Amino acid sequence: MSAQTTTEELGPVTTLATPIRLDFEFTPGVAQSRFLRGLEKGKFVGQRCPTCGKVYVPSRGSCPTDGVPTTEDVDLGNVGTVTTYCVVNVPFAGQSIEIPYICAQVLLDGANISFMGLIQEIPTDEIRMGMRVEAVWVEPEELTPSLASVRYFRPSGEPDADYETYKDYL
Amino acid sequence: MPESEALHASHVLEFPYSRSVGPVIGAFLTGLRDGKLLGVRGAGGSVIVPPTEYDPATGDDTGELVEVGPGGVVESWAWVSNPLPKHPLATPFAWALIRLDGADTAMLHVVDAGGPDQVATGDRVTVRFRPAGDRIGAMADIEAFIPEGGAA
Repeated sequence: MSAQTTTEELGPVTTLATPIRLDFEFTPGVAQSRFLRGLEKGKFVGQRCPTCGKVYVPSRGSCPTDGVPTTEDVDLGNVGTVTTYCVVNVPFAGQSIEIPYICAQVLLDGANISFMGLIQEIPTDEIRMGMRVEAVWVEPEELTPSLASVRYFRPSGEPDADYETYKDYL
Repeated sequence: MPESEALHASHVLEFPYSRSVGPVIGAFLTGLRDGKLLGVRGAGGSVIVPPTEYDPATGDDTGELVEVGPGGVVESWAWVSNPLPKHPLATPFAWALIRLDGADTAMLHVVDAGGPDQVATGDRVTVRFRPAGDRIGAMADIEAFIPEGGAA
């Protein structure tokens, strides 16, 4: 095959693939490792500040308000309250969940900070602030020290939480 | 929890960008895919390789495309004893600035020489393209430069 044939067949080069790739080792540290080890056991583990009493999950190992180490582990339950949410309708590269889906901030009972979770098993137009939800975990043999151990949250069937119970976490 | 029990994990962050290359670099990359090295004539008549759309000295539009090489001269180099996964060759090689025959500027590429004692500034080298079917219109279509008439 001559060079001329190649260009006639393929046309001139107009674009260039320039992928950017970063390979890195992530070390979550002692405090977050404790949270991740909890996920491996199928439970949420937080830590309480000895000064203000607030429970952080996942804990970073210190209280951001008081600046003191958090030393007391707290096993949190499986149930919490949706404080706020977003319905995702827009497809994007690398999306792994079928749209539309609900991304919510969940305040676990006994915790003083919410974290982000996927909400399933409910039509997207029925999600609301104050909805009570429970975590659905992967099968026991599939548990890993990763948030992938939590498949999603789903409605727990309890009545909605009073606004007063979560208004400080919005 | 002792610090030794802290977790660690390998992660990859990757963005699959592609960019449009324009008429001049596009012609250069098309040339590589065809197994040719192309430069462009600048405002003062000098030949710039790889070609640019504008003369870097004057800012004027550059002119005609000119075929250069396939031989050239090593202007400077640095030996890589332990290639990394992203490097173009898996075996030790030299990064080199190579002024191709007919060009007035040097181009960065690799020299596949046997060792640091087998490459020197002023050495003649020649291009080694990938096989035609493997070329895609990218700098890596040039597998390496090798010492002219040399062992590598």
